Amino acid sequence: MSGMVEKRGVGTWLTHAGLIFGIAVICFPIWIAFVASTVTQDDLVRPPMPLLPGSHFFDNYLEALLTGGAAPVWQMLLNSLVMALGITIGKIIISLLSAYAIVYFKFRFRMLFFWLIFMTLMLPVEVRIVPTYEVVASLGLLNSYTGLILPLIASATATFLFRQLFMTIPDELTEAARVDGAGPIRFFIDILLPMSRTNIAALFVILFIYGWNQYLWPLLITTDPSMNTVVMGIKQMLPTGDQTVEWPVIMATAMLAMLPPVLVVIGMQKLFVKGLVESEK
Amino acid sequence: MEKRVVFDNRWLPYLLLAPQLLVTFVFFFWPAGQAIYQSAFIPDPFGLKTQFVGLGNFEYLFGNRYYRESFLTTAVFSVLVTVSAMSFALWLAVLADRVIKGSSAYRTLLIWPYAVAPAIAGVLWLFMFNPFTGIIAWMLAQLGYTWNHTLDGGQAMALVVAASAWKQISYNFLFFLAGLQAIPKSVIEAAAIDGASFWRRFRTIVFPLLSPTTFFLLVVNIIYAFFDTFGVIHTITKGGPEQSTTILVYKVFSDGFVGQDLGSSAAQSVILLGLVGILTVVQFRYIERRVHY
Repeated sequence: MSGMVEKRGVGTWLTHAGLIFGIAVICFPIWIAFVASTVTQDDLVRPPMPLLPGSHFFDNYLEALLTGGAAPVWQMLLNSLVMALGITIGKIIISLLSAYAIVYFKFRFRMLFFWLIFMTLMLPVEVRIVPTYEVVASLGLLNSYTGLILPLIASATATFLFRQLFMTIPDELTEAARVDGAGPIRFFIDILLPMSRTNIAALFVILFIYGWNQYLWPLLITTDPSMNTVVMGIKQMLPTGDQTVEWPVIMATAMLAMLPPVLVVIGMQKLFVKGLVESEK
Repeated sequence: MEKRVVFDNRWLPYLLLAPQLLVTFVFFFWPAGQAIYQSAFIPDPFGLKTQFVGLGNFEYLFGNRYYRESFLTTAVFSVLVTVSAMSFALWLAVLADRVIKGSSAYRTLLIWPYAVAPAIAGVLWLFMFNPFTGIIAWMLAQLGYTWNHTLDGGQAMALVVAASAWKQISYNFLFFLAGLQAIPKSVIEAAAIDGASFWRRFRTIVFPLLSPTTFFLLVVNIIYAFFDTFGVIHTITKGGPEQSTTILVYKVFSDGFVGQDLGSSAAQSVILLGLVGILTVVQFRYIERRVHY
């Protein structure tokens, strides 16, 4: 478009310069964190810190992974992975099932159930934090994967998304399936699921990031360090009071905590954008 | 919208809905009900009995200077986060929309901070602005400006706003870029032929056509600033110094878990429920309107 509207030349260069400046601003914090994860504590405590990577990459990352803070980071990463996958898969399954029920069946209280699910949009965990904690504690789910995952898997957004998708699937397909003698379960598995493949994948990307990045919930319910996730575990490594902190190890942990969701976004960019745009409709 | 063709089955739909409804009841409606119930009581100092106080907790809250200030803090914080994240993103999206070569590379480099957790964003910015060793604090010192967000409330606010906005830029950028690319090029070209400058075209054609996207992002950013920035506040300032960065969501947490003031925390939860309700309705009305267009 700019080729037609604008003369090429100075304008184009200014545009690129502006974008490069923007990217520099956005990437600077990550670059600083990366550099800090490759140098020694001595390099960091006497400002200014170096702006180019040092030679202690492996030392710092190995120390983070094997020693870490209250728990070794490999264990926190594993907990984060279990939690993120549990939330993602759980949300997708229960949302697929409930959207299927709401779209393809007529039954009493259908709209009531629909609105009950919709209302959960208004109840983020941050808002109902104390009573939710009490419920989970009374069920004996503190310091467990079930406690980390289950309270976060109800999803109005995903249910809506699948409902929208199912509404666009032509009725002729359902009729044909019925003529062929397929019952509701066959139809769901053989026709609906394969047709929802791309949407499920797009939603998977968004929900994985959501699950991985949970902070407040794991902070409350995992008092046992061996259950800590990496996003909240890093908080435990930060300085409180006068103690000396191993900043290179903390920054290595931060880099490790960012890596999986960032790789997912960059590696599955198309699906990510699709999921993001659709889940906000 | 209804399907013409549906399946007949007496119990299957309930079975399909059961997992979602069970989770919703146990972890959403039950705790929300508890919050409303608890908001009408205060526990005695030993936590053995509770005393019914009706709306007493709410009266106490609104009479409390810190709670009223927390409202103001939340408003200032949300406006600053929303305005800075949206304007920077819009600027970048306008630039990226003009680029022909290399636009996908730019997009890749601009969208990934979306994947960074708010708490991690907090750690990164805390490190850069550490008053004694942080690289930016050091740069500011060279310019003769003393940075210590652990003492200066204004600086603390600036830091949590910067970290929160930084993380949200990619999201806004993606939606603004999609909005810009949906504007028919012929309209803009016609204006250009009529001799309208870039800025004039932006002001009179592009920005008005972008308003649905802008409004949508406004609501999303406010919700983000209200509820998703807990990790940023908790890692960087813990609400301090002197409560200068205690936003409402942080106060629910600190009064409930740190201060163990359950009645007050429950009352605050109820107030927040109302706020989310209003925001959701606004968002939903907007979505309905967009469907009609």
